[in-house]
Amino acid sequence: MRFGTRLLGWSGGLLAALFGVIVASAAIGPVTLDVMAVAKATLNAIGVPAGLAIGIEEGGLAGITIPTPTVDVSYAYPFTFEVPGTAETIVRQVRLPRIALGAVVGFALASAGAVMQGFFRNPMADPSIIGVSSGAALGAVATIAFPVAIPLGLQTAAFVGALVAAFAVYAIATENGRTPVATLLLAGVAVQTFLGAVISYTLLQAGESLDRAVFWLMGHLNNSTWAEVEVTLPLAVLTFGGLLAYARDLNVLMLGEEDARTVGIAVERTKRVLLALSSIVTAAAVAVAGVIGFVGLIVPHVMRLLVGPDHRILLPTSALAGATFLVATDTLARSGPAELPVGIVTAVLGAPFFLYLLTRREVHEL
Amino acid sequence: MTEHTITLEAVSTALGGVDVLEDVSLSVDRGEFLGLVGPNGAGKTTLLRTINGVLEPDAGTVRLGDEPIDRLTAREVSRHVATVPQDTSVAFEFSVEDVVRMGRTPYRSRTDIVADDADRDAIERALERTAMLDLRDRSIAAVSGGERQRAFVARALAQDTPALVLDEPTASLDINHQVQVLELVADLVDEGKTAIAAIHDLDLAARYCDRLALLADGCLQAIGDPETVLTDDHLQPAFETRTAVTPDAVTGAPSVTAIADPPRDRDAHVHVLGTGPTAARAITKLWQAGFDVTAGPLPTGDTALSVARELDVEAIESPPLAGLDEDTLREARERCHSADATILADPVIGPDRHVLDLADASDRPLLVGTHPFDERNRAGERARERYRELESRVTTASIHGLVPAVVESTIPATAPADD
Repeated sequence: MRFGTRLLGWSGGLLAALFGVIVASAAIGPVTLDVMAVAKATLNAIGVPAGLAIGIEEGGLAGITIPTPTVDVSYAYPFTFEVPGTAETIVRQVRLPRIALGAVVGFALASAGAVMQGFFRNPMADPSIIGVSSGAALGAVATIAFPVAIPLGLQTAAFVGALVAAFAVYAIATENGRTPVATLLLAGVAVQTFLGAVISYTLLQAGESLDRAVFWLMGHLNNSTWAEVEVTLPLAVLTFGGLLAYARDLNVLMLGEEDARTVGIAVERTKRVLLALSSIVTAAAVAVAGVIGFVGLIVPHVMRLLVGPDHRILLPTSALAGATFLVATDTLARSGPAELPVGIVTAVLGAPFFLYLLTRREVHEL
Repeated sequence: MTEHTITLEAVSTALGGVDVLEDVSLSVDRGEFLGLVGPNGAGKTTLLRTINGVLEPDAGTVRLGDEPIDRLTAREVSRHVATVPQDTSVAFEFSVEDVVRMGRTPYRSRTDIVADDADRDAIERALERTAMLDLRDRSIAAVSGGERQRAFVARALAQDTPALVLDEPTASLDINHQVQVLELVADLVDEGKTAIAAIHDLDLAARYCDRLALLADGCLQAIGDPETVLTDDHLQPAFETRTAVTPDAVTGAPSVTAIADPPRDRDAHVHVLGTGPTAARAITKLWQAGFDVTAGPLPTGDTALSVARELDVEAIESPPLAGLDEDTLREARERCHSADATILADPVIGPDRHVLDLADASDRPLLVGTHPFDERNRAGERARERYRELESRVTTASIHGLVPAVVESTIPATAPADD
């Protein structure tokens, strides 16, 4: 069975590459560690959700007590290798949270990018095309600049901002239950421009927190925590599963919406689902890592050249390649003499590569 | 018992405030190939889009089998009707087989990602039926236009529907591929499929469709056998041009030729003697050039006679395979005599040698011969001598040079010298 073999071959290979990059990255840092120990410590850190507890907690906000639902997930750890204590601590507490978050963010951005490029039938589309990144950026920058006025965590504000922006673009572009792709694209550009202006104004008003805001905008993975991984990983995996279920519909949509309808696709509903899922997964990534460019643009594009346009295989391979790419670039970003925001590294590597593809004219083939 | 696979009841649709379809009712039976013909912008594509569910009509009902289409989901509609789109250009590197596999979408659940046996069978059969097995792994963007069209027909077959909708399946194909695609559709219809196709080329539509529906300005102008629909009475108002409908020499199906209305500014009367294709072309050319044309005698069933009828050219008709009676002959002689010029278009010299007599009766005979005389002579050596003598006496012209030659020879008649 050719398709199954191809899918397993590519996914297995990329999964192995991802693990290799993760171990290599965990071994690189100020303290030199034995690679075998790092590999074992990495395996030890793999947790599988084993139980779920939902409870109600009395939370207080502005003097009023509100019952808040809490979700507690307990994890089981299948691997228990013997690893020296320091190595285990450095790998698990210091390096792995950042690496894991990088992998999740790369996974999320690349899968959303693959979907958006297919959705817009345009190789220049990336996950931020419908305003998600700008919305997240505004939410984050506003929280940094006016911490009192906006009583939300930075990540929550960015996540909410992203979804509000995406929904606004969708609502603007929709008329009589139809959302023409071209209108969506233009509305996205307009909203991004508008939000860009608001962000600039907010930065002007940011005063002393300007540094932090600008740093956030550049896209970064430092100060990552396991808590962020625990929220974004399930979200990314679930939405990815949803997107994968629509992979075949996406293939058919690439031949045109009218044509898709004649082979039984409920076009507008499918478009809504695809937009919603890819906005959520992008919002989650941007909320924890800021605006990291080019992962969602370059990775799906390169994978399309390698595996072809079939989203049933393009989507999983892009996601895994995105994770691998971001972990690798982040390792570069933090191992230089001065640590750089990873967004700078992805753009510095991504843009010339993209130009190379552009001059080879392969871009036009999508 | 006939069952209607597709039924339209008083369907009206407006796009952007413009009525595109007005009160169209028609039905297509099982095992029937209906061709939609009509000028650009007549609403052919719109009509097809109401049948495959892409467009919801503003008024009226479309039924697939017994079900009104608005009660069916997209998936259910796509199990009734498969569509071969007009624009099959694909910018993506999908393989031919990938495209055909998309035809199985209506039968697949969201969770099974890999094709099952029923899918594989359907894909295999569709590729085989369309002779695309060898090309299955080729990129859809890399195959020729005809092959791409066949790939989309294969996709429609994989969809396993009772009805096929084809929007201009032959547009932008060369004649060989046009015929290939339509032969394939006609075969499928013979095997029990129902097909409705918008076809630009009236001759192809007449040749392959069981019935034709003529649309103009969003209204159904005529529906029925190709012979009853393709008449100048129907076509002229629809296409806003005069047409000549003659049986195609090869297929016998009606063949339509659009004719620009001639300028009516020549007074000269030209009579055409002779039969067959050369006479037919002479009649058409002279009529188009604006001459007052008469023709005959022409035997019933002759090409030239049907052309003359289409153009409203007055023609003397004679019964086929019989000698000319005295009345007919007299009428012809008068025409030849009164005409400003008489064209001898590949005249066949029968045993009675009437043609030669009539030529002698004309004031200004003009000979157009494209076939060797021996093939036209049925009256022996004597006739040959008379023909040679005629040839030496009269002007000869090629069929292409006919109009200038006639203009030249009729100038004295239209502008007589006074002094």
